[in-house]
Amino acid sequence: MKKDLVIIGGGPAGMSAAIAAYEAGVRDMLILERDGALGGILQQCIHNGFGLHKFGEELTGPEYAWRYEKQVKELGIPYKLCTMVLSVSEDKVITATNPQDGVFEIEAKAIILAMGCRERPKGALNIAGERPAGIYSAGMAQKLVNMMGYMPGKDVVILGSGDIGLIMARRMTLEGAKVHAVCELMPYSGGLARNIEQCLNDFGIPLKLSHTVVKIHGKERLSGVTIAKVDERRRPIEGTEEYIPCDTLLLSVGLIPENELSKTAGVSLDRMTNGAVVDQDRETEIPGIFSCGNVLHVHDLVDYVSEEAEIAGLGAAAYIAGEEKKEISVFLRTDGKIRYTVPQRITAEKDVRVYFRVADVYRDVTVKVSCDGGTVLSKKKQKLAPGEMECVTVPASALEDGRELYFEVEGA
Amino acid sequence: MFDVAIIGGGVVGGMIARTLSAYNLHICILEKERDVAMGATKANSAIVHAGFDAKEGSLKARLNVRGSEMMEQVTRELGVKYRRNGSLVIGFNGEDKKHLEELLVRGNENGVKGLRLLDRDEVQALEPNISESVTCALHAPTGAIVCPYELCIAAIGNAMDNGAALYRDFAVSSIKRTENGYEISRYNGETVFARYIVNAAGVFADEIARMAGDFSFSIHPRRGEYVLLDKECGGTVSHTIFRTPSKMGKGILVSPTVDNNLLLGPTSVDMEDKEEKETTAEGLALVMREASENLKIPVPFGKSITSFCGLRAVGNTGDFIINVHDGRFVNVAGIESPGLSASPAIAEYVLGLLTKHGLCLEKKADYNPIREPKHAFREASIEEKNAIIEKDPTYGRIICRCEQVTEGEILDAIRSNPTALDIDGVKRRTRSGMGRCQGGFCGPYVMELLAREYGTSMECVTKMGGGSVMVVGKTKGDLS
Repeated sequence: MKKDLVIIGGGPAGMSAAIAAYEAGVRDMLILERDGALGGILQQCIHNGFGLHKFGEELTGPEYAWRYEKQVKELGIPYKLCTMVLSVSEDKVITATNPQDGVFEIEAKAIILAMGCRERPKGALNIAGERPAGIYSAGMAQKLVNMMGYMPGKDVVILGSGDIGLIMARRMTLEGAKVHAVCELMPYSGGLARNIEQCLNDFGIPLKLSHTVVKIHGKERLSGVTIAKVDERRRPIEGTEEYIPCDTLLLSVGLIPENELSKTAGVSLDRMTNGAVVDQDRETEIPGIFSCGNVLHVHDLVDYVSEEAEIAGLGAAAYIAGEEKKEISVFLRTDGKIRYTVPQRITAEKDVRVYFRVADVYRDVTVKVSCDGGTVLSKKKQKLAPGEMECVTVPASALEDGRELYFEVEGA
Repeated sequence: MFDVAIIGGGVVGGMIARTLSAYNLHICILEKERDVAMGATKANSAIVHAGFDAKEGSLKARLNVRGSEMMEQVTRELGVKYRRNGSLVIGFNGEDKKHLEELLVRGNENGVKGLRLLDRDEVQALEPNISESVTCALHAPTGAIVCPYELCIAAIGNAMDNGAALYRDFAVSSIKRTENGYEISRYNGETVFARYIVNAAGVFADEIARMAGDFSFSIHPRRGEYVLLDKECGGTVSHTIFRTPSKMGKGILVSPTVDNNLLLGPTSVDMEDKEEKETTAEGLALVMREASENLKIPVPFGKSITSFCGLRAVGNTGDFIINVHDGRFVNVAGIESPGLSASPAIAEYVLGLLTKHGLCLEKKADYNPIREPKHAFREASIEEKNAIIEKDPTYGRIICRCEQVTEGEILDAIRSNPTALDIDGVKRRTRSGMGRCQGGFCGPYVMELLAREYGTSMECVTKMGGGSVMVVGKTKGDLS
C-alpha cells in the first residue's frame, strides 16, 4: 500500500493534524489508531476543563475529542482502528497489524508521529518493600473507573502530583473512596494550579510536598505505605516516617513520550523533552517525518496539542506538495532554568511561536531571548512553574542563517 | 497411587518431572503456590554458568558442567530462549588476578571448555563498556543466559502434555510412610499417595524432609535483590560480567537477558524468614553502586523498569544435597547457584537414583519432548504471522504495546499447560506487562480476558491469587 500521508495515532494530536493536512489539500491519507475508537486518552478524561483556549468553552475530554472526530468523519478522512504500528523505517515504510488485515506495510511520502505518551511506572522508582496488588498508575485507575466502571480500591494514597494524579484524587473521592494524601517528592506540584485548587483543596485532600513513599507493605493486596519527608537532595529524612494504611497506591510520577517508533525510524531525540528534535513545522531531522502532541513533548493542555498538531499537518501538506524550505538554520539554546524549547531549531524566516518549560518555580523574573549579546525580546513573568507550559513569539526579523538564539530566565 | 510425587514446582522439580514423563509412570507435582516457578526460580540471575566456580569433585561442579552441556538441547526442545553469550569474571588488581588463575585451574579440572585469562586490552576489545580499572578477566565462552521461569513453565508444561499431573495450592502438611510408599497430605486434608517422593521444595526442603523423618540437613534462605533495566539497555554489555568472587560472595553481576533487558544484582544477605521477599533501600543502593563500578559508562538507572528479590536455598553442607532417605524419599535440596544451570543434569542424576532404588523405567511410546515455542509468533516473518492471523484473528490484536504481545498469545497462555490463572501468570508466560510501562496499558485488557476465559467477574481477577484482587467493586457500588 502507498499513501501520501500516514498519521500514527488517532488521539487529539493525530486528528487535528489530519484535519489540517486535509484542509491544506492532502487527500491520500490514513490515520492508524491502536485503540478501538478515535480520541486517544481523552476518552477516559471525563472531567471538564478542556477547550477553554481553543473553543472558549469548558468541555469534557470525550466532548473535546468528538469535535475533531466529527470533522474527521465529515471530511471522510480514512482511519483504521485496533491497528498497532510495529515499526517505522527511515525510508518511511510503516509496518502495522490488526485482526482484519493481518500484518501489512504502507509506503508513505510523509508521516506524522502522534503516539502520545505513557506514565512512568513504579519500577522506575525502585521503592522498597513487597510487590502486592493495588498499585496502579493513575491513568490505569482512570481507565478502570471511567471506562470499565470498576473501583481499584477504597483507601487511597497518591504518589506524585501530576495532573492525572490530581484528577484521580477527586474522581476516587467522588466515587466514595477515601484519598488519604497526595505525596509529592518536589517542593512544588507538577500539576496545574487550577487542578490543585479544584481536585485537592475543594475536597480537603492533603498535598504533602517534599514527601515520598519509602516502603510498600502487604503480601497479596497492598495494606499500607510508609511515607517520609525528603531533604533538599530528595533523600528521605530519618525519623519522619509515617505509616498510612491503604489498599491502593496510585502513581502520577511523570509522563514519558512514547518514541519507540520514532527510534525505529532513526529520528533523533531531545534528551530534555524525550521527544523528537523538530523545526518550526514540527518536522524531525528526517525530511517528511513530523511529530506533534505529547509524543513530541508533554503538554499541560490539550488545546496546545491541537494547535501544535495543526502546524505539523500543514507542514506535512507542504512537504507532500514539494514546497522547498528556505535554507536557514537557527538553533535554540537554553540556560537550564528553561529546560527546553520546542521547536529546537528554526529553518524559515517567519514569526515562530516557541514553547518552553522551566526547571523550577521562579517568581518576578524576566524571560529573555538573546542573540550574539543583543536582546531579541524580553517578557516579564510573575510566576513560572514546571507544571505550566509557556510560550513567546520570536519575530522573523531575529532569524538569520547560522544564528543561535539563547533562552534564559533573568532575576531568578 | 502415583509412582512419583515431586514436591516443588520450581525449575528443579520441573526438570525432574519432564525427565520422568518420558517413561510409563504416574507422576505428579505438588506445588504450594498457585503457579509454578514461584520460588527461587522466579527471581535469580538467569545464568547458565560455565562451571568453574564450584569445588573440584563436588556435585555442584559435576552437575553444573553436565547441565550446561545439556542446556542447549533442552531449551531447543522446550522452545525456550537460550543464548550462549559467554561470561567474563573481571579483576581489578593483582590479588584478583591470582584468584582468577585459581579459578582457571579449577575450571579446567572441572572440565569447563575454552577458559582463558585475558589482559586489560583483550577485555576492552571484547567489552568496550567495561570499567578502565579492570586489569584482567577470566573468559568462559560456554557461559550462557536463559529465562529461568520460562524454562520451568515449559518443562512442567511439557511434562503435563506427557501425562504428569500438577496440584496447585498443595502445601504439604504431613508425610506418612505406608506399606508401599507415602501418604502426602495438605492442610485441608486432601491426600495423595505415591510410591516415591522427590523433595524439590527449595527453601522448605528441610521442613519437608523432617516430615518424612529425615533430620540430616537444614536450609536457610539467602536474599538476593535485583534491578532490571529497559530493553534499550540490553546492549550495554554482551557477556555476563561477574566480579572476582571474594569472601563476601560473587558480588553484583551485570548481564543482558535473553529478552535484551539488562539485569543487575544480586545482593547476598542471609535471612531467617523463608517468606520475606521485600526489596530494601540499602540492597537496591548496593546493586546500583557495585554495578556502576563494573562499567566505564554511567549505568542508565533512569531506565530501570523494576526491582525484585529472590530467596536462594542454601544448604548446610556447602554442596547440593541430593540423596535417598529410607529407600524411597529423594532429597534434592540446597540447590542454590548453580542450580538453574545444573537442573537438567540434576534430573538425570535423580532418575539414576530412583532406578537404583527400584523404580522400573519403561519408555513411553508416545512421549513427545517438543513444546511449541511460545515466543515464535513474535519472531515469525510477516508471511508466517499473516498465515496465523488468518486462521485466528486474535493474533492480529496487540494487547501489550511495550512487548508487542497479542491477544492470541495471551489466550494460549490461559489455555495451555500449565494454564495461567492470573495477571502475573499471564505476564510470566507471555511477557505482557513486563515491558517499560509495567502493565499500565495492557493490565485492564488482560483482566478482561482472564474474567472472560474463566467465566468470572472482574472482581475475581487477581494479580497472583489469594487476596490479590485488582478491583474491589463497581463504581457507584457499596464500598463499605
